[in-house]
Amino acid sequence: MGDFERRLDTIWRIESPRLIAALARVTRDLALAEDIAQDAFVAALDRWRDGGVPENPGAWLMTIAKRRAIDRFRREDTLRAKTGELQRSTAHSISIESEIEMLDQDVGDDMLRLMFIACHPLLSREARVALTLRLVAGLTTAEIARAFLTSEPTIAQRIVRAKRMLAEARIPFELPSQAERMGRLSTVMEVIYLVFNEGYSATTGADVVRPALCEDALRLGRALTHLAPESGEVHALVALMELQSSRSAARAQTDGTPVLLADQDRSRWNRSSIRRGLSELERAHERGSLGPYGLQAAIAAVHARAATFEQTDWHGIAALYDALAEMMPTPVVRLNRAVAVGMAFGPEAALPLIDELEDEGALREYHLLPAVRADALERMMRYSEAALAFERAATLAKNERDRMFLHRRAAFCRNR
Amino acid sequence: MRFMVIVRLAKEPAAVPTRADLAEMGEFNDRLSKAGVLLEADGLKPTSKGARITFNGDQRTVIDGPFAETKELVCGFWIVEMKSKDEAIEWFRQAPCFDNGDTLEIRELHEAEDFAEAV
Repeated sequence: MGDFERRLDTIWRIESPRLIAALARVTRDLALAEDIAQDAFVAALDRWRDGGVPENPGAWLMTIAKRRAIDRFRREDTLRAKTGELQRSTAHSISIESEIEMLDQDVGDDMLRLMFIACHPLLSREARVALTLRLVAGLTTAEIARAFLTSEPTIAQRIVRAKRMLAEARIPFELPSQAERMGRLSTVMEVIYLVFNEGYSATTGADVVRPALCEDALRLGRALTHLAPESGEVHALVALMELQSSRSAARAQTDGTPVLLADQDRSRWNRSSIRRGLSELERAHERGSLGPYGLQAAIAAVHARAATFEQTDWHGIAALYDALAEMMPTPVVRLNRAVAVGMAFGPEAALPLIDELEDEGALREYHLLPAVRADALERMMRYSEAALAFERAATLAKNERDRMFLHRRAAFCRNR
Repeated sequence: MRFMVIVRLAKEPAAVPTRADLAEMGEFNDRLSKAGVLLEADGLKPTSKGARITFNGDQRTVIDGPFAETKELVCGFWIVEMKSKDEAIEWFRQAPCFDNGDTLEIRELHEAEDFAEAV
């Protein structure tokens, strides 16, 4: 790829989301909007190859896109009139044309509408993720495919199908009503957090595209705080992602072996990420009581503030988990709460919470449930029970490293 | 990846920027911010408020501002998160308010991962 093409790629990445968002507003058709945006780009490429890239490529693209949109509209209008399919009044045509004229007048919520559409509940989670990364974050299909360890045609097809579904369902481009807004914001936040976790779970040394998903998610999240500034949970989500990524350098050894929170070298935590995370959490607090993202961010913040593992405010964390488990009583949250309670009040307090989960048959395949139980039993010096529980955890562990670690702990308990 | 964009001005600016400049720069920063890429940005006060420490063996020489040379003075910075250096270049080509001879220097920041081997 030559310098010129590379530059064009970068410009596309920066400018296409705004362009597509504006075009979707006036055409009310996502696929068409993307088509016209691409058209405009091809036209720009031809013109700029000889004449050079103008100082404000965004404004240029908008102007070209506007002309293309009007051309297309006129062509289709004439066609429809000819076939008699639809009798449009001149007044109607003029109103649509004047709307297209307003293409570059961003009313401020084009991007938000684009995010809502890309994350529409009608679509599967996978489709929402792909569409958001493609249209809102400006990633290429190839990049998305690499990030999600799948093939380019798979992603391309997923995107095409999603756009077709939106078109067939005639999803309006209006912003959701105030009553729906919070629910729709949650689906957008869910997509952003999924993208983040996809990047966060990628081990070090792997393809850089996957860890870069964390940055993509943070960008989307920060952008969303400007689009929906009233929502405390959006700020909280950014806080949570900033605080989690502040530990990214410390949470694995160079060969990818994970390092437990207790053993992490806290001097390697990124202070500026922590600072940004804490101030976003502050903003979330200012907007009312914390939701699920807020509570998770608050828990991450307690860890971030502790100079050493021993200085962690476990009582504070246990209280936050109490609130979180009430709001989101998933087995994993309840298990984490049991760990926090154990740290704050001792293993005797944690054991009944763990037993409760086991009795319900929750997390039956999850090695951490017996591992947490074993840990509590060990601390209570009930070594033979602890050894058994560690062994059971080892048989459930998904990877060799975890399995060996758990066998070692079981052996240690047996020898007591 | 993160980049620091260092502002070097051809001549030291007035103590306080004009209102028009502030508005224009505010708009640019707003765009960066809404795109979710702006981590930090600040302008520096004139060198008359600054100082320099020079190291020479065990000796430390402290010189108060204003600095004798008036060219290429660092006057501000941004810290941004970008996908690539190309993206940073593309964004900052569009930075407003700069004059003949002013430079924006784009430098990538080290991430803690870069020191993994050294630790």
